[in-house]
Amino acid sequence: MNKHKPPLLKASRISVTRGDREILKGADLTLNSGEIVTLIGPNGAGKTTLVRVVLGLMEASSGELERQANLRIGYMPQKLHIEPSLPLSVDRFLSLTGCKTEEIIANLGLTGVEHLRFSPMQALSGGETQRVLLARALLRDPQLLVLDEPVQGVDIAGQAALYQLISRIRDERHCGVLMVSHDLHLVMASTDTVVCLNQHVCCHGHPEKVTADPAYLELFGQAANASVAVYTHHHDHSHDSACESGEQHA
Amino acid sequence: MPEFIVLALLAGFGVAIVAGPLGSFAVWRRMAYFGDTLAHSALLGVAFGLLLSINLNLAVVLVCLSLALILVVLQQNRVIATDTLLGILSHSTLALGLVCVSVFGDQRVDLMAYLFGDLLAATRADVITIFVVSAFVLLVLLKLWRPLLAITVHEELARVEGIPVTAVRTTLMLLMALVIAIAMKVVGVLLITALLIVPAAASRRLTHTPEHMAMLASVLGCLSVIGGMLASFYWDTPAGPSVVLSASSLFLLTLLRKQPI
Repeated sequence: MNKHKPPLLKASRISVTRGDREILKGADLTLNSGEIVTLIGPNGAGKTTLVRVVLGLMEASSGELERQANLRIGYMPQKLHIEPSLPLSVDRFLSLTGCKTEEIIANLGLTGVEHLRFSPMQALSGGETQRVLLARALLRDPQLLVLDEPVQGVDIAGQAALYQLISRIRDERHCGVLMVSHDLHLVMASTDTVVCLNQHVCCHGHPEKVTADPAYLELFGQAANASVAVYTHHHDHSHDSACESGEQHA
Repeated sequence: MPEFIVLALLAGFGVAIVAGPLGSFAVWRRMAYFGDTLAHSALLGVAFGLLLSINLNLAVVLVCLSLALILVVLQQNRVIATDTLLGILSHSTLALGLVCVSVFGDQRVDLMAYLFGDLLAATRADVITIFVVSAFVLLVLLKLWRPLLAITVHEELARVEGIPVTAVRTTLMLLMALVIAIAMKVVGVLLITALLIVPAAASRRLTHTPEHMAMLASVLGCLSVIGGMLASFYWDTPAGPSVVLSASSLFLLTLLRKQPI
């Protein structure tokens, strides 16, 4: 889609080195508006590093990054820790963007947490926090939405709902979406392109094409098969370690 | 009321009012140790002032501001862990200040006044200096309130949203250095951090928004100044430590109330 328009963002041959360790080796990534791209890969594959480079939070050791001029990015960080000493309601947290009350209410409604508007941020559950963070990212009316593990700490029913919500937002606002995910199962249904990362891009493309790719199977084969069983009884972050230990055998 | 008491109260209020919001940031951003380091370096400023025969206030401000900038640079380069760095600088500057003051200062230098404050000796010039600096810092805080809060909540989120994080953070540190320089007169270099942290911590339990917490911290700070002055007047206790103790008493009182989330 939007093949005629220039991409929102194009990263070419991005490498990041920390000390002696190469975190990323020549990764490429292109994002078009209206497209959902999901980065998957095991722990330490450099997913978050690539996202940070794309966001401009980190300098790449080498490679090129082209971003559309004045690109508005809505960012949902992986973790949010708010000091207990800071009294901060959801409403005040969202007003830090400088947006008006009506917009705040509208976006909280969109992410389904309007009733939490006056709750203290520190009292939110994991899933509620994710939805508030998503509302904050949307408040900037972004052309590009960057979501670092958006379903972290969300139960299985909530995960599916959140992915559906993200697809719906893309359909309504025609923004580009870059997601990071450990999920192999749920995310497949709601993404246009999957980029499988393990320091470098192993394979990328349509989810169906990628799941048949030998590089993908080598990296995720066992974990992908195990994922359904893992999901039925996980409640928290345990799926991370469960998947990862599976991958190490792969 | 004798003039020296009026001047002492005014000086105390001037510092307490600005210490409210600034101390709140110190609490939210866990900058207590940073404040201590700057405060200790203030004594070095006194030593330089005596050595070079320049205005002591100016010397203190210059040393505090320079140290704040040095800390910003060192923190960014991550040479060593921040608390180790602060621990080294904090006590080295205090020790160097003590050595310098005793070597270069003459008999007229009252070391105790610098260490623990000399509120009752506040002059009109002191009060004017305090109010000018305090008003300036409050104005900058007001202007930068939203970006300051945003970087306190989540620095990277703020950066992606277009806030110049480094500039805002550096400004906060410089403001802290300014306030420490004026607060030295009130409670002395060893107790300045208490005046920043304690009223803010007490205010936390009674408020639900960052703005209320900052404002109430100012009010509690002023009450502590009054309490400290009363104690000093009736029981002849040293004024600076008495102010800090009344702030601590207020904090203890707020413990009776359950902490809201």
